[in-house]
Amino acid sequence: MSDKIKFSIDDVEIEGEVGQTIMEAADAAGVYIPRLCASKNLTPHGSCRVCTVKVNGRSQAACTQPIAPGIIVENDTDELKGHRRSIVEMLFVEGNHYCMFCEKSGNCELQAVAYRLGIAAPAHEYLFPNRDVDATHPEIFIDRNRCILCGRCVRASKELDNKNVFQFVGRGIEKKVAVNADANLSDTDMAGVDMAASSCPVGAILRKRVGFAIPVGERLYDAKPIGSEIESNRAENK
Amino acid sequence: MNENLEAVIKEICQKYANDSARMMDIVRDVQSVSGGVSKDAMRMIAAVVGVAQVEVESVVTFYAHLSEQKKGKVVIRLCNDFIDRMFGADRVAETFEKEFGIQFGETSADGLVTLEYTPCIGMCDQPPAALINDKVVTWLSTDMASRIAKAVKEDGGIDKLNLPNGDGNNAHPLVNAMVHNNLREKGNLIFEEFVSGSALKNAVAETPVEVIKNIKASRLRGRGGAGFPTGMKWEFTRGADGDEKYVLCNADEGEPGTFKDRVILTEAPDLMFEGMTVAGYAIGAKTGVVYLRGEYQYLTAFLEDALQKRRDAGLLGKNILGKDGFDFDIRIQMGAGAYICGEETALISSCEGLRGDPKNRPPFPAQKGYLGKPTSVNNVETFCAAAKIMEKGAPWFAQKGSQGSAGLKLFSVSGDCKKPGVYELPFGTTVKELLAKVGAEDAIAVQVGGACGVTVPPSDFEKEICYDHLATGGSVIVIGPGRNLLELAHSFMEFFEEESCGYCTPCRVGNTLLKRRLERVIDGKGMPEDLEYMEQLGNTIKSTSRCGLGQTSANPVLTTLANFRSLYDGLVKKSEDGLQPSFSLEKAVGLSESIIGRKSIHHHE
Repeated sequence: MSDKIKFSIDDVEIEGEVGQTIMEAADAAGVYIPRLCASKNLTPHGSCRVCTVKVNGRSQAACTQPIAPGIIVENDTDELKGHRRSIVEMLFVEGNHYCMFCEKSGNCELQAVAYRLGIAAPAHEYLFPNRDVDATHPEIFIDRNRCILCGRCVRASKELDNKNVFQFVGRGIEKKVAVNADANLSDTDMAGVDMAASSCPVGAILRKRVGFAIPVGERLYDAKPIGSEIESNRAENK
Repeated sequence: MNENLEAVIKEICQKYANDSARMMDIVRDVQSVSGGVSKDAMRMIAAVVGVAQVEVESVVTFYAHLSEQKKGKVVIRLCNDFIDRMFGADRVAETFEKEFGIQFGETSADGLVTLEYTPCIGMCDQPPAALINDKVVTWLSTDMASRIAKAVKEDGGIDKLNLPNGDGNNAHPLVNAMVHNNLREKGNLIFEEFVSGSALKNAVAETPVEVIKNIKASRLRGRGGAGFPTGMKWEFTRGADGDEKYVLCNADEGEPGTFKDRVILTEAPDLMFEGMTVAGYAIGAKTGVVYLRGEYQYLTAFLEDALQKRRDAGLLGKNILGKDGFDFDIRIQMGAGAYICGEETALISSCEGLRGDPKNRPPFPAQKGYLGKPTSVNNVETFCAAAKIMEKGAPWFAQKGSQGSAGLKLFSVSGDCKKPGVYELPFGTTVKELLAKVGAEDAIAVQVGGACGVTVPPSDFEKEICYDHLATGGSVIVIGPGRNLLELAHSFMEFFEEESCGYCTPCRVGNTLLKRRLERVIDGKGMPEDLEYMEQLGNTIKSTSRCGLGQTSANPVLTTLANFRSLYDGLVKKSEDGLQPSFSLEKAVGLSESIIGRKSIHHHE
């Protein structure tokens, strides 16, 4: 029995390995599926829904859906791009994002995905929530204004740091990331080198005193759009 | 004080074997003893059961009935869903506020009373209704609210009011509730005389595989609304790897306008337990869990008693009915106020002592469910039907109902009708036939399937209620002349905003945005583009949400837009001057004004 699974994404035949998710197989084949909550080395979360694809006509999150022989996956279609734009715009209006003076600008995955999807300004109304900033920790600060609730810090703290510094509290639109203490990050066992800090795709968890170390223009997504690193895996680009 | 709290918490945790999977029970008990679960309490619980403090906080902040802040000795939770407001909940609320001198959402300074709104509590056939601690009060009037307030102020509770009990088992000493069954039409399925053990006897005479074959032959589909074939679910669970398997009963009915499970739990719990036991036999499970919504706490003593009677009769426990190795028992898991827990994977999360977040699928519960083991989650009514099928045979069941939807179904009918209550009718009954039965021929619309269902216009009243046409877990809300359908849609959107677990973006943010845009239109500040926006946004929420809640939450807006377009068209106006009518200069500069501490000078015409 072959351990390869053949299926297609946007009419391109892909060969994946048994046990892979659609996203893993697509990445390996050089097909970029936009995503925010998914991150290599972390258990898939399936929460941002930016990677929503259609599998045999049904919506599924590419980061959690396993591949199966012969499935027909739609990815880069107008309909899905429309949904993705809407979702990314939701993340912008849900928080308070100020790219022009955010340290993460240029390295920010939210910003990069928004550019890649062609978002100039959100179509949704801004919610302007009041959110907390926690600067109690000597090395790390949390700015919840910029948090997109992707849960990467929650998972990284558990899975990579073997700690339990972050967890979600509240529900619905009131949901937020809390720390394992009565209130302050300084009362947890968070360390400056923890992967939980570097896992943040936006500027919600940042290291203190390293602001703007990489000049604008030389940042991760300044020259090439997000996803290019994956697309360079594509056979025809090699 | 803290030492005392620590002793109390240790005792409570001990009661649940210091098992973090019983977190729901632990925090519920702490809440009921201390009036809240403080940060101190969270830290102590965490230390005893061996989890992080923030994990406890994560659970406490998820459920509406739990809170970090100390609640009043008496918590009054008034149902403010659309139906209760149709019948005067707002006036009752005003009375409570006046009597206690506090607003809803507040606790009185002396710590006596907390006033809160709550979504549907399963009493839509006797509105307005409220929970006073665990006690249900129904058909509230302003007079009654005054009497309740007086009793609370004088006696610290309503026990001395001696409120009249309802009919049937509502008057049972272990129930003692003011609730009425309103059982208007019995078919011959659920509420027929049932001899304990008669279904189980037939089941154990067959092999488990044969039992599943019977259930499949009956064409029984899930009664919660989704309609998955029950026999297949049992077969998958039976076939999954692993020795340890579970049967979970979904008694978390929270769909606005649904209350049929309440009547089953009151009048036919034995049948439900029998169905669960049949499932246990068929699947090869030794444990069953009934996940009971927090609002039905008043039924727990009665249900525990029914379980004990079955144990005494040898229908639960070891070697049931003398069948060697057939061991099965059932425990009741209380919820704590979260609609999402009716979603089967969220229900499993909650049973495991976690936030009621749905889980990623695959794996499906049949492969990896409760505590990571193969699990079948079925609705209260589904278990009852399964028991009757084992008693009377698959053909007897399958001959009723319609082509794709076999059997009888319970409908919970509420709203503008002469005879609200529970009806047991064959699938395939048309909306029109149902309206004639309930005394509501003048309905202007019928909401079938609850908040996540469809607003059906009169032109569709000939449609059949069944899985293939108008699907419902039982909720049928009649909307009579003079009611505002957009207010109905709005109240459902408020409900979904409140009840979204917040896990995925489209449901968490999208529902808030959709509700706000609907408000703009209702306020007369909408433009035709806003309707297009709502359709697009609704479709994104529907197509990309992670679970059934988000996949259906836009329905109130989408189905009223489709079926009652003229109501919307009459409210929106093209902007003549190119300005957005929804923009308010005063509001836009309001925050700045409050910061600088003076009014800005507006330039008006």
